[in-house]
Amino acid sequence: MRFERREHRPLALVILTPLLAVAAAMALSGLLIAAAGAPVLEAYWRILVGAFGSRLSATETLTRATPLMLTGLAAAVAFRARVWNIGGEGQFYLGAIAVAAVGSRLLADAPGFLSIPLLLVTGAVAGMILLIVPLWLRLKFSVDEVVTSLLLNFVAVLVVSMLIDGPLKDPLAFGWPQSQAVPDAAMLPKLVARSRLHWGVGIALGLAFVVHFVQSRTVFGLKSRAAGLSPEGAIFAGVPLARTLLLVACLSGGLAGLAGAVEVMGVKGYVTTDLSPGFGYSGIVVAMLAGLHPLGVVLAALFTATMFVGADGMSRALKIPTYIADVTVALSLITMLVAVFFAQYRIRR
Amino acid sequence: MTETVLEIDRVSKSFGDNKANDAISMTLARGEIVALLGENGAGKTTLMSILFGHYVPDEGHIHVFGAELPPGRPRAAIHAGIGMVHQHFSLASNLTVLENVMTGTETLWSWRSETGRARAKLTSLAERFGLAVDPDARLGDLSVGEQQRVEILKALYNDARILILDEPTAVLTNLEAETLFVTLKEMARQGLSLIFISHKLDEVMAAADRVVVLRGGKVVAERRAADTSKAELAELMVGHRVARPVREAHERGASVLEAAAVSVRIDGVDRLKDVSFRLHAGEVLGIIGVSGNGQAALARMVSGTLARSSGDILLYGEAIGDLSVAGAIAAGIGRVPEDRTRDGAIGEMAVWENVVLERIDEPRFSRRGFVDRKASIAFTEAIISGFDVRGGGPLTRTRLLSGGNMQKLILGRNLADRPRILIAAQPARGLDEGAVAAVHARILDARKAGTAVLLISEDLDEVIGLADRIQAIVGGRLSAPVSTDEVDARALGLMMAGAWKKEAA
Repeated sequence: MRFERREHRPLALVILTPLLAVAAAMALSGLLIAAAGAPVLEAYWRILVGAFGSRLSATETLTRATPLMLTGLAAAVAFRARVWNIGGEGQFYLGAIAVAAVGSRLLADAPGFLSIPLLLVTGAVAGMILLIVPLWLRLKFSVDEVVTSLLLNFVAVLVVSMLIDGPLKDPLAFGWPQSQAVPDAAMLPKLVARSRLHWGVGIALGLAFVVHFVQSRTVFGLKSRAAGLSPEGAIFAGVPLARTLLLVACLSGGLAGLAGAVEVMGVKGYVTTDLSPGFGYSGIVVAMLAGLHPLGVVLAALFTATMFVGADGMSRALKIPTYIADVTVALSLITMLVAVFFAQYRIRR
Repeated sequence: MTETVLEIDRVSKSFGDNKANDAISMTLARGEIVALLGENGAGKTTLMSILFGHYVPDEGHIHVFGAELPPGRPRAAIHAGIGMVHQHFSLASNLTVLENVMTGTETLWSWRSETGRARAKLTSLAERFGLAVDPDARLGDLSVGEQQRVEILKALYNDARILILDEPTAVLTNLEAETLFVTLKEMARQGLSLIFISHKLDEVMAAADRVVVLRGGKVVAERRAADTSKAELAELMVGHRVARPVREAHERGASVLEAAAVSVRIDGVDRLKDVSFRLHAGEVLGIIGVSGNGQAALARMVSGTLARSSGDILLYGEAIGDLSVAGAIAAGIGRVPEDRTRDGAIGEMAVWENVVLERIDEPRFSRRGFVDRKASIAFTEAIISGFDVRGGGPLTRTRLLSGGNMQKLILGRNLADRPRILIAAQPARGLDEGAVAAVHARILDARKAGTAVLLISEDLDEVIGLADRIQAIVGGRLSAPVSTDEVDARALGLMMAGAWKKEAA
């Protein structure tokens, strides 16, 4: 038995692959649910009800999906050009803290129509800077950006932790390490009243389409794909490799930084060190689940958010631990990678 | 000479619809040298890969020393006494000769005691077959010919009694090749059996006892070397000879590209040293040489991907400093790279994307940063029909095209705009006869239309057939040009061996 590369990938296969992967992951984690002594199908039903069963839960799921879409897009954009940005988490936090700093100081009295766009840009730029450093090290000294971007996550979180316990500490927080808040005028308007859902979800959705358009229609999209697929071929064709990858890094880091900005301005208003339950890392999972396709990222982020939010409902109803949802998401990444492999190859005897 | 050591019995192997091997049978006797002759794609390498266990045959059997060889198991092949010398050596350049030879043979626990024994065995093998090489030299410091000796020694060290050599002379100079043949004959005299794969008639006649000719995956003939001639073998190999296009006499124009004492130094190594040439409109200037003598650096420099260290480049009579890719394209330089799958095209991208990528910033293919897909695809379709590219349309992934069609695509992409200069590095390498003829015809057409062609090649026939003038490249230096009409193959062979360098010194 051996594997041969498929010459053509039928469209049906492209669509079916992630669906089968998720189904396989759910079947596998079903074993875990059964082992915990709960009915498998009901558990998944509870997850669905927990995520979409009420107005409140549905808005909560979308709220949770918003930063995942953005960090997912950040990873997808970078990975397509073979820029291995593992630093989404750090870029998220740097974007968040930049927004808190600028929002609470410089733009404290600015009207919303001015401060909102300015703060979004601030967050994006902060994320960009944190990714430009590893990319520059790669271009200049061939330092692997997997390592540098990953390690900068810890640097970023520690810097945030220092700032919110020091110069940016909120004096009204009863001693909790928490940053000063951005003014109410700079908060993103709510999309649904009496919920946490804010306009950030619109921004994320819109950006998914923009990224898709940029990748499929523009010269930059063509060049960055060439640079990612074959640096030698790109250089021979005159694609400026360093400049192209730098732009990719700006886009990717910017999206991750924007995720942090949106989370601050949409949900909390201030920064703590538990602002992100691993949004940056989950973004990588989301991007891989989506096959690095920007529109697929939207669906993958929704799936991941559904599992995370719905898990509470399942846990409460059936008395089984919520981490089963984590297992399902992790398993679906593995099954997705296997499924992608099988979709690219076929088995021959 | 009567004992049969290897018997291949009706072996077949298909890849998709392509029958690479079709019921091939052949034998090899003790102490015999058999040449497996055939063009690229005739099925030589497939057959040898089956023999060595890299592929499993669809049908057929192989017997080695009377015992059936289990299919698809390289270990079993080595154990049965088959040794393979690959065209691209499978050696580690940061290890010593001894370490390379021992790799894969040592047990993990007692390697210290093995080293002494290995050294003794290696030395005795080297002596016995006249393969002198220093066991402690770092492989990376050795010449290509010496590295090949190490590869042969490694096979012998594994107690190979049947040795398979895949195009062993492809990387050697003529002198090194002759030394190799002496060694091979000595090995046969001492009872080893050898198969060497080749598509060069001269060496087949010089070294082999028997010749097996493959064509289209079938054995078409088997001859004793003493009973045949080069002419007969050539005809058997090709079937009917595809006529290669002939260069017609033709006036050349003004000098368009000139290098004056250009040197290129990479990481402290001189890749090109005081290289000078003058390329005229409407002529083909051939740069001949054994690969690895600076051709890659020369091609990259004039293609705009390598900066020079000193010297001048003159384009249309003006000194221009370094060429950039964009500068080269804007100046009307078409570029056909040596490695088409690495540099020339990006396999995972669509055909149309590969066609327009290097010109995507031109207004005909994009506007304000947006790709004009329609115009790009139309341009690609014109090239596909104009240059007879088969096997796919504009949307096909480029990887799916055969080597010949990919090359026609790359040539088409460059010639469609009627370039004033064409840089063609090994343009016909690895292509079948039909595709070679097509590529050569295109190059001669361009010459006729007034394009200046710089042809960098290691194929003597190709250079003699296409070039008006020839310069040899040896060790990063260029000889003075000679007119093709005034030299013969022997003189060119001497040039490739660097005879002119001694005169100059």
